[in-house]
Amino acid sequence: MLKIENLTKIYRGGKIAVDKLNLDIQEGELIAFIGTSGSGKTTALRMINRMVEPTSGRMTLNGKDLTKMNAVTLRRSIGYVIQQIGLMPHMTIRENITLVPQLLKWPKEKKDETARRLIEMVNLPESYLDLYPAQLSGGQQQRIGVLRALAANQDIILMDEPFGALDPITRDTLQDLIKDLQQRLKKTIIFVTHDMDEAIKLADRIAIMHEGKLIQFDTPDNILAAPANDFVKEFIGSHRLIQQKPNIKTVDEVMIKPISITIEKSLDEAIRLMVEKRVDTLFVTDGDNRLQGYLDVESFTGARKTKRSVSECYEKDIFYVKTGSKLQDSVRRILKRNLKNIPVVDEEHHLVGLVTRANIVDIVYDTIWGDEEPTTSSEGQTVSDSFRELISG
Amino acid sequence: MQDMSQMSATDQFIFYMQENGLYVFNQFLDHFLISIYGVLLAALVGIPIGIFISKYGKASNVVITLANIIQTIPALALMAILMLVLGLGKTTVIVTVFFYSLLPIIKNTYVGITTINKGVTDAGRGMGMTKTQVLYMIELPLSLSVMITGIRIALVIAIGITAIGAFIGAGGLGDIIIRGTNATDRTAIIMAGALPTALMAILSDILLGAIERQLDPVKRQQKKVISPM
Ligand SMILES: Nc1ncnc2c1ncn2[C@@H]1O[C@H](COP(=O)(O)OP(=O)(O)OP(=O)(O)O)[C@@H](O)[C@H]1O
Ligand SMILES: [Mg+2]
Repeated sequence: MLKIENLTKIYRGGKIAVDKLNLDIQEGELIAFIGTSGSGKTTALRMINRMVEPTSGRMTLNGKDLTKMNAVTLRRSIGYVIQQIGLMPHMTIRENITLVPQLLKWPKEKKDETARRLIEMVNLPESYLDLYPAQLSGGQQQRIGVLRALAANQDIILMDEPFGALDPITRDTLQDLIKDLQQRLKKTIIFVTHDMDEAIKLADRIAIMHEGKLIQFDTPDNILAAPANDFVKEFIGSHRLIQQKPNIKTVDEVMIKPISITIEKSLDEAIRLMVEKRVDTLFVTDGDNRLQGYLDVESFTGARKTKRSVSECYEKDIFYVKTGSKLQDSVRRILKRNLKNIPVVDEEHHLVGLVTRANIVDIVYDTIWGDEEPTTSSEGQTVSDSFRELISG
Repeated sequence: MQDMSQMSATDQFIFYMQENGLYVFNQFLDHFLISIYGVLLAALVGIPIGIFISKYGKASNVVITLANIIQTIPALALMAILMLVLGLGKTTVIVTVFFYSLLPIIKNTYVGITTINKGVTDAGRGMGMTKTQVLYMIELPLSLSVMITGIRIALVIAIGITAIGAFIGAGGLGDIIIRGTNATDRTAIIMAGALPTALMAILSDILLGAIERQLDPVKRQQKKVISPM
């Protein structure tokens, strides 16, 4: 869809910021640009919406030459999150979010609707729409900067380090949001990052840049399996080599059968089931085995006298992963949110499995001792090091 | 008629104001209008120049140096030179005020625009604003309060210059002061010209200062806090 050929930028003064970049990006792909500071990521990204005029080379979008398009029209059709956030200090959050719709002259109701819908997606209260950027924290401002790029519902979105100033949990939520947007609405997203974990987690393909040149452009798995050179190897970091092992790639391969209970059962039945199976958590499903929530020991205490059925006291707030998710992501999520375990659901939200902390220990054990060859011997790392890194992932 | 020589300066002043209140008021108005016309003219010319030089960096040095040079010429000298061309009267004073107001207005417009956070204008461009939209939706609103500061400085200077303008027959409160220097009960009459001049300068300063704060996007927000969490 987006084809970039020999794209080069030489700044005044002779600095070659991007050197003969070639990329062929498919519709609906999520691409990460990663590289050291000053490697030309921002420059490459900004050439796509012509914020930086290329010195030479070609860019075509579905066969149309981008360099011949009107730059203003082009920019309105591409979402853009700038590295410096750049919210308008004299406009309210509402006006900031709906800046592009405003330029496109959408009616007021549609703009307000969009602002409300978007702010809800990033867990900020609606009252924030009337505040000014200076009244928000850095991380909140960054979320608004991301929303601004989504407001006009463009098909292509460029993001320059969109999650830089966020705490791990908000970052996780926003990353999920972006990934979901891309998968559900088939948006093509190109984002710049410094964080290899983020790139591996989100990107369909990663472009590794160094001193203006593209070093490797491939899927995360391929890059991990076959780094193009020593620079890439060093950039990936030795501890991620564990992920390379093919036997531990997705949650499906390690999940166990969860103990579940249907929603209309009584609490007595639930407790009996817990005792019988010797578990402290039951997953609550509807008649069709779709995950609704969970029930654990804490949900009982106190409630038993007044409440009789599962439907009255189960917890609806539940984290889950989809089948086919990468194991490392699930592990990271369990650890980061301090969960005991995480259920696995399929596309229709049917409960199909469970990954527990005990599972993870088994995997780590297998990774380190189950194999004849120590995984990280070449780096001279000890086994306990790799264990620690996997856990802190 | 009372015997003026028996009264204290303050009483004389009050008496003078009672007798000639309307005259003083008319001169006050004249004085104010001369200053305002000069400053408005300078704003009309200076703001576009300021915007222009903020876009073309090279021009800024030339223009600001030129305006600086004008500023160093003593007001009376500049007025005398202009008088040779424009003759006696209000026009000459208005043109003098115009020249003196240019520097603060051009400079503040220039500074106001060039000190806007680069990320903000860059984001505007990135969202697809045209150059004109960047100017009207971002640069002007964000530099407005700094521009008003320039106009405020210009107006205070202008009020002083207009007072001197009485020497070339422009009228205004300066006229009363000159009369005072020639009269016997001089203190009271000089005060009748000088006090309103000072009052005008102070009031303009306070008023424009308030407007300036109103227009400052950061200060304005602090009042509008709704429910910070
Ligand atoms: N406007 C400019 N004029 C001249 N040189 C520039 C300009 N912008 C960037 N450069 C140079 O081009 C190179 C690439 O810059 P770029 O901003 O694309 O890097 P980056 O990969 O985004 O870095 P970072 O991760 O720090 O954001 C750098 O060496 C930088 O100094
Ligand atoms: Mg950058």
